[in-house]
Amino acid sequence: MTFSAGVAGETAAWLGDRAHWVGTDGVPHRALEHIAYSAVTVAVAALVAVPLGLWIGHTGRWQRLAVVTAGALRAMPTLGLLTWFVLLIGVGLIAPILALVVLAVPPLLAGTYAGLESVDRATIDAARDMGFTEWQVLSRVEIPLALPLLVGGFRSATLQVIATATVAAYVGLGGLGRYLIDGQAYRDYPQMVGGSVLVIALALVADAVFVGAQRLSTLKEKS
Amino acid sequence: MRLRHLTLALAVALGVAACGGDPTKQAPVGDSETITIGSAAFPENEIIAEIYAEALESKGIVVDKKLNIGAREVYIPALENGEIDLIPEYTGNLLTYLDPKATATAPDEVTAALAKAVPKGLTVLDPAPAEDKDSLNVTAAFAKENGTKTIADLSKVDGLRLAANPEFKQRAYGIPGLEKVYGITGIEFTPISDGGGPATVKALVSGKVDVADIYSTTPSIRANKLVTLDDPKNLIAAQNVVPFIREGKATADVIEVLDAVSAALTTDDLLELNAANQGEDKKSPSILAKEWVADNLK
Repeated sequence: MTFSAGVAGETAAWLGDRAHWVGTDGVPHRALEHIAYSAVTVAVAALVAVPLGLWIGHTGRWQRLAVVTAGALRAMPTLGLLTWFVLLIGVGLIAPILALVVLAVPPLLAGTYAGLESVDRATIDAARDMGFTEWQVLSRVEIPLALPLLVGGFRSATLQVIATATVAAYVGLGGLGRYLIDGQAYRDYPQMVGGSVLVIALALVADAVFVGAQRLSTLKEKS
Repeated sequence: MRLRHLTLALAVALGVAACGGDPTKQAPVGDSETITIGSAAFPENEIIAEIYAEALESKGIVVDKKLNIGAREVYIPALENGEIDLIPEYTGNLLTYLDPKATATAPDEVTAALAKAVPKGLTVLDPAPAEDKDSLNVTAAFAKENGTKTIADLSKVDGLRLAANPEFKQRAYGIPGLEKVYGITGIEFTPISDGGGPATVKALVSGKVDVADIYSTTPSIRANKLVTLDDPKNLIAAQNVVPFIREGKATADVIEVLDAVSAALTTDDLLELNAANQGEDKKSPSILAKEWVADNLK
């Protein structure tokens, strides 16, 4: 089987078919599911990774352990992890979200503590000398200055999650992965390629949003 | 295509290296020459091929083994051009491969249609009662509570939840067939892409779904005491194990041996053989074949 202009044409035809844009199996509904899975995943991962990253970055403790753990987590194969979670807790929303959270934690953790680490020690010492409490040092000095790298962590995590949230379809959920999994099951290659194109498009849109957010966070820093 | 050729070449090379015929064994005078037995690349098919080999050898027929040849697209051409002479097949899938438009589902109809569809120079012998096919399973508790013994009984259950591979949603044996043949409507379908594997079984035993499509010879059916529903209207096409052989090699002696194997081989046997192969013992196909032949053939 060769990837020819024919496939591109058929994929365009699949994407252009109005029937594929309505109902629960339609693109808008699947895209919303995909966004919802990704948003919940990044939110849960942020609840874990950001406080941990702030604490590590602020205190400078456990830093090496965090680097090693985050690195090891990055190497986890999401599909294998997903299967394991499904066997532990059954099919449903929780298993794929947990597997994706494991994927999203390392970039968020790294972005947070690296952001705090990048803050000039002299600035922090100056803030302390002015009588700032530890909390004020963190909230008024470190976090604002770390913001570009923090947002960068969110950007990286979100992109990885959007690209990988397709695995949810493997265990019976929706999202854009449905088109990849169903397309393969029906040997409907235009549907598979169409689904991939949609995932890429969603990732690009999300990336554009984060580029904007990163610009804003840098501007704020300069003002 | 290139990859397939490479796979075949590798499979054949490995087969020759690993399982070359014993040169000290001479074919008895007046017997057929060496029969080269192939198998598809999954354990159950390999076990059946080993059973054919063991049974034939026990009657003094010289065999050579080229097992694990991959998918149908690879081993059927190998059978046609004489690289292999015999392979265990499944009636329904072989029929669909040879005639994609075939609609027969009942065992006799499939066997009859298959006899007509085989290419020149090849033939299928009598099929075994043993079948490896899609099967709908419920938990013992569900069966007891709802009195379900056959697929037809599922029509009594409201809001039936079913897990299967994604293609079940569109295939003739899937949701459309359940509606048309058995009048079962309003099924809540959960597609799980592991071919009736652990995630599907987990969904069933944890009560997330009521019915799961699992291949009929999967050991987890027994391990979880699942109830496989009968299919009185033959929604799911028959998949009886059948020897697919080159006509020139199907001598009276060979047919007699293979018929004896097929007559004795049941779906329960395949379940037990697969369980012994995949379970804690991890018994090899050749040892399982020796044991089965010793237990089942004179």
